[in-house]
Amino acid sequence: MAGPPTTDRSLTTEVGADRRPVLELRGVRKEFPGVVALDGVDLRLFPGEVHALMGENGAGKSTLIKVLTGVHPSDGGSVTLAGEDVHISGPLQAQQTGISTVYQEVNLCPNLSVAENILIGREPRRFGMIHWPELRRRARELVRDLDLDIDVSAPLSSCSLAVQQLVAIVRAVDISAKVLILDEPTSSLDRDEVRQLFTVMGRLRDQGVAILFVTHFLDQVYDICDRVTILRNGRLEGEYAIGDLTRVQLVQRMIGGELAELDVLSDASRAEAAEAAAGEPFLRAGALARRGSIAPFDLDIHVGEVVGLAGLLGSGRTEAARLLFGADQSDEGTITVNGEPAALRTPRAAIAHKIAFCSENRKAEGLVGELTVRENLVLALQAARGWARPLSRSKQDELARHWISALDIRPASPETQIRNLSGGNQQKVLLARWLLTDPRLLILDEPTRGIDVGAKAEIQKLVQRLSGEGMSVLFISAELEEVLRLSHRVGVLRDHRMVATLTNDGTLTPERIMATIATGAQK
Amino acid sequence: MTKHRLFWPAAVLLALLLANVAFNHDFFAIRVKEGHLYGSLIDILQFGAPLVLVALGMSLVIATRGIDLSVGSTVAISGALACEHIATSASPAALSTVLEAVGISLVVALVLGLINGLLVARLDVQPIIATLMLMVAGRGVAQLITDGQILTVSSAPYKLIGGGYWLTIPFAVILAAVLVALTGLLTRRTALGLLIESVGGNPTASRLVGIRATGLLTLVYVFSALCAAVAGLMISSNVSSADGNNAGLWIELDAILAVVIGGGALTGGRFSLGGTVLGALIIQTLTTSVYSMGIPPETTLVFKALVVIAVCLVQSSAFRAKVNLRRPSSRPPLNPGRARNVEKHEVGA
Repeated sequence: MAGPPTTDRSLTTEVGADRRPVLELRGVRKEFPGVVALDGVDLRLFPGEVHALMGENGAGKSTLIKVLTGVHPSDGGSVTLAGEDVHISGPLQAQQTGISTVYQEVNLCPNLSVAENILIGREPRRFGMIHWPELRRRARELVRDLDLDIDVSAPLSSCSLAVQQLVAIVRAVDISAKVLILDEPTSSLDRDEVRQLFTVMGRLRDQGVAILFVTHFLDQVYDICDRVTILRNGRLEGEYAIGDLTRVQLVQRMIGGELAELDVLSDASRAEAAEAAAGEPFLRAGALARRGSIAPFDLDIHVGEVVGLAGLLGSGRTEAARLLFGADQSDEGTITVNGEPAALRTPRAAIAHKIAFCSENRKAEGLVGELTVRENLVLALQAARGWARPLSRSKQDELARHWISALDIRPASPETQIRNLSGGNQQKVLLARWLLTDPRLLILDEPTRGIDVGAKAEIQKLVQRLSGEGMSVLFISAELEEVLRLSHRVGVLRDHRMVATLTNDGTLTPERIMATIATGAQK
Repeated sequence: MTKHRLFWPAAVLLALLLANVAFNHDFFAIRVKEGHLYGSLIDILQFGAPLVLVALGMSLVIATRGIDLSVGSTVAISGALACEHIATSASPAALSTVLEAVGISLVVALVLGLINGLLVARLDVQPIIATLMLMVAGRGVAQLITDGQILTVSSAPYKLIGGGYWLTIPFAVILAAVLVALTGLLTRRTALGLLIESVGGNPTASRLVGIRATGLLTLVYVFSALCAAVAGLMISSNVSSADGNNAGLWIELDAILAVVIGGGALTGGRFSLGGTVLGALIIQTLTTSVYSMGIPPETTLVFKALVVIAVCLVQSSAFRAKVNLRRPSSRPPLNPGRARNVEKHEVGA
């Protein structure tokens, strides 16, 4: 498939006609059993640019990167690097030819020092032994080249995630500095850390490195990127200079239609919630605590109410939720469900009380990767029924068909292994897994993290609808706007302590929540 | 068709059988002699029956990410207990005596399986260590039961289990087939199979959806021990004696191999009982072939090892891809450890 006409325009506006791409992909195709993940995708990276790769989950971004890094062999198309045709056969070879990748989850050895991590595999040697002083000196030099202040002799595990990511970049750049792929490097970084990362990216761009930047954050695209390639459903949507697109246009091109309108919390919904709040709560936690993870906290969740939990990463949001689901056991405090004391010592006990929990860690705590979409969907319901009362195959098929269409899960084939789905679609399967058990309280821990705008809006709408239908929701998210848009009340956590419960009466703003997080005002 | 997960095990089994014809033209012949079926194929089924059973139990254990090294010892203990009971009984040939002997063996196996299961499921001991204890101690226990002697019994009903015939078919084959079928029904007609695969595939996620992993884990180790006990009865019945030292020696390794050849992954998750049965039959065919092809006995183990390596390579999709796609532009030598890391990291990202 040829690129759309916009390609030429963006090129002439942004990069001079005499410049040639350092990396060029033409007509790249990749098929998985039953799915065409990439269908004739082109991509051009010029030296000294930051190029965004954007698209919804399932659009083919991850697959394209895996083809580029040699994790998946492509089924068609060509790759040209610095004017020469290359065949990328594996990650190591990709690195040797000049394509380095830094992943969202850092792929280094936490037990080794920063210096060792930077130079592992290329250690300076003397008399056949590793020349330690030289190793540290070179590492320090490389770190200084990028204006970073990192103690290279410290073990990597003692560094923050952001620093670890920077170390991974230093390492990648030192190996080969032609093309650097950053796969969602910012999703677990805070604002300052992102700024630091961008400084480094800017410096590398000035040195002539072509950077392919994959992210879900629109702001960041406009902050740092020069051009953008947009994928949709495995096809190339277009290549643009970032200045030629407004944000709305960018999002529209990603999802291929009008952005789903998201209602703000309506007055009717507020009134209903206020009414429910007057009655008995569905769940009440009294001085619930677990040593080392969360100080005693009280929390009421009423029928049909969305309670948000806000706080910084590691402030105890997840820990609090895990106690309510019995995923961790509390040391003290009580839980009452529907006015009766409930000992939620295990997830199974919580499930019996119609409580459901979607973990923030999809891969490690949600998916059973080699099982199919259908099997993952029915797992919670089947576990609740016990082994002796199996759901018939026809019932399973029916449930799978229903929920795949209800949540628009793609690809819409129930027999695909779930690990072949994109993050957003995996998240929808996990949501459906719980929804089909008909829970009364749904605990969602970062349900929209790492998924694209389209799926994000769908999940937010779903939460609103469910609460309208009388389901209680505990909604945890690092994005305050999102928490605020959905929640009737917001519990604010700080340093493993719930410092306030704020009512979202229409005057609550992200700034006020932030101030509460910062100062820890008492309720 | 090659995509079907049982294609390669079945193809390998067929190839091994055909290879035998070259050495023995009557290999596929089955005759009826004195009302019994005779022939090489029947031998493979009959002598393979104990391995099929042990591998059956093993495949469920492996599906939960576990391993059961103690099955060989359980085979020995089970045979020793049964023979000891029959030998010391007043009427060794009575059906009731044999039933008692079988009952004792099965109950003891149940206890042994419970011990394994509780060590793994409750106390969180690594399966390889938990079952290694019984593997080592069990042989000693078997010898204690028979006072270190090879205990010989003479009991017609007992002989039936491993060496007798029913409707012209070896009784052991019928017994194994029935148990395989029952296990298939129990795992696939109920939700047991799905729950076991889920626990093996992702234990943390399984706990969070409310699956009672402790019970399931205990169950698979008990099941494995019971399978091994029945196999032990077959083996000792076939030779009408109990040999604490050699009965079921190394059968745990053959069983693990059978599961792997059948397509099961030691990392847990998906299991295939059909694949396991094919795997066990491949190993038994190999053992039979070694004799029928007249391979010198001192080289049999090496021969077996070579065939097993070949079988595993044929089944490895990575290996097949390498052979099929060997391009003129030779790829640089990959550091396998690193390549694997990257891929693991990437799956489902």
